[in-house]
Amino acid sequence: MIEIKNLHKSYKMGKNSLHVLKGIDFSVEEGELVAIMGSSGSGKSTLLNILGMLDELDEGTYTLDGVPIKNLNETKAANYRNKFLGFIFQSFNLINYKSAAENVALPLYYQRVSRKERQEKALKYLEQVGLKQWATHLPSELSGGQKQRVAIARAMAAEPKVLLADEPTGALDSTTSYEVMDLIQKINDQGNTILVVTHEEDIAHMCKRIVHLKDGVIVEDKKVEQVRAAQYV
Amino acid sequence: MKFIFDRNTWQEIFGSISKNKTRTIITIVGVLWGIFIYIALSGAAKGMDNGFEKVFESVSMNSMFVWGQSTSMPYEGFKTGRPMQLKLGDVAKMQNRIPEINNIAPRITLGNFGSDPVFTVRGQKSGSYPVNGDYPVYTKIATKQIFDGGRFINDEDILQARKVCVIGERNLQELFEKDEDPIGQFIRIGDVYFQVVGVHKLSQGVSFDNDNAIFIPFTTFQKLYNTGDNVDYFCIAAYDNVDVVQVEKDVKALLRNIHRVNPEDERAFGSFNLGEMFTRVSGFAKGMTFLSLVVGIATILAGVIGIGNILLISVKERTKELGVRRALGATPAEVRNQIVLESVFLTMIAGVMGIILGAGVLSIINNLTKDLDFPYTNPTVPIPYVLGALLIMVVLGTLIGLIPAQRAVSIKPIDALREE
Repeated sequence: MIEIKNLHKSYKMGKNSLHVLKGIDFSVEEGELVAIMGSSGSGKSTLLNILGMLDELDEGTYTLDGVPIKNLNETKAANYRNKFLGFIFQSFNLINYKSAAENVALPLYYQRVSRKERQEKALKYLEQVGLKQWATHLPSELSGGQKQRVAIARAMAAEPKVLLADEPTGALDSTTSYEVMDLIQKINDQGNTILVVTHEEDIAHMCKRIVHLKDGVIVEDKKVEQVRAAQYV
Repeated sequence: MKFIFDRNTWQEIFGSISKNKTRTIITIVGVLWGIFIYIALSGAAKGMDNGFEKVFESVSMNSMFVWGQSTSMPYEGFKTGRPMQLKLGDVAKMQNRIPEINNIAPRITLGNFGSDPVFTVRGQKSGSYPVNGDYPVYTKIATKQIFDGGRFINDEDILQARKVCVIGERNLQELFEKDEDPIGQFIRIGDVYFQVVGVHKLSQGVSFDNDNAIFIPFTTFQKLYNTGDNVDYFCIAAYDNVDVVQVEKDVKALLRNIHRVNPEDERAFGSFNLGEMFTRVSGFAKGMTFLSLVVGIATILAGVIGIGNILLISVKERTKELGVRRALGATPAEVRNQIVLESVFLTMIAGVMGIILGAGVLSIINNLTKDLDFPYTNPTVPIPYVLGALLIMVVLGTLIGLIPAQRAVSIKPIDALREE
């Protein structure tokens, strides 16, 4: 599903150049649930941003579902993001003046799905995350966990190849975190490929594979026994 | 351009502006105010223009009066201070020599210029009124509205020197009973009985005559008062689109020539140029129209810039939202279109509201000034001006919307998302 070879990325800070990713080789199979771990500054968010086509790579190759991702202009990147990727953010990033259902329907709008179908799908995915009765509520009327579940529904709505979650539980207390992880696990059980960036050990162990990043290189890449989040809920 | 006609686009835009009510209202008020000022000002200026037009409607707009005074320079053996007397024969000479002249109405009068008004009697009632000896051509220079059933002096009256008269509304009130039909009745003017053939209305605007002036045929006046070929003053109307100031100069020069006055003598003949006055007044009204146009457009401009400003701020505020949209697959073009269309849509809404409001205020002003003695009639803004203003607004709205739109696009989605 994801194939990365010899990935380099550096940022220019004035005269200095900050080499963030120093040659990463990494691949993800379909249906995997991968945790990317590392301390801050290790380059895990940068990696996720490059995977999400929010940022460009300097060197190396990136293939997503057989499509080589290179020479992206903004429009092309937008279309790929829309087609291939679903994002889950630490700070939820819901649009605050849109109801839960409208938020979920937004990626479908950019896929030019008809309004009626958008609404049907939005309700379907809200039901999956257990928030159907909250469909007409604004994000400000939802709790943090509910917001993240709406965000997950939104990421799912576009039916992407890969879900990218950047610290999905970073802003939640542990109980809610487990609820969210339970949801992510269930989505993964349905065969979806999911990448989770986290720095929390317990969250990482709820995935099936843990990739450790340190100073821009992968120092550890191991399969783990998945801890089901359901038992904590 | 397909996106403009896409219902989904508009639903998205409508959602965005209807759910940010404060922002929308503040934005709208700027342009609304601008277009309102524009409509109200240019309508008011037009109303004043129309008002002046109405004031002058009963007189020929390029007309003048010429009368004789007395010389101030010696010439050909004549000494200074010789009184000037205009003659009927001057009419033909003027018409022959000055082709710009359309009509000349000679007039002889009692009760104006210091002479005593004439004592007029009907039955038990009486009064003293100015009396004018006139030719029918007079009505071509100053329209006289005659009440139903009457007429002005005609050519036959002149030929036969009939003893007929046209009286004013005030004469009617003072000499006749209420509801009495004056036509065909006789009144005594001085020592002679005249038959009333018409009653003239007092015109609301500029008029040469009072509402108590009595008109009789010029020839009758000549015989009655033994004035020979004397004329008190000429009412002269030039053709349209003629420089009336030049005509005035030509007329006076010709009169000096006819009456053997020093060509340099400016004081021998007096004149009053209504055309010049009208040109000045209408120039003033035109100036007002122009001024209101400039002020109005400047206000619209300020309003549109205000919209741009608020959109720019709101783009900053919405950076995150736009970042999210782009992460979810909105292309830069889609984001840009959304911002620009929001701008255009807001401008249009505000513009239309402003036009309606402005038209409402104009109609209120119109109602309030209807019965006032004030030169203000029918304030309107021509449709092309309104459409032009709308067009300007849409174009400016698009251009000004491009600034925040470009800004929104220039921020990378990754940076937009990072912003807290």
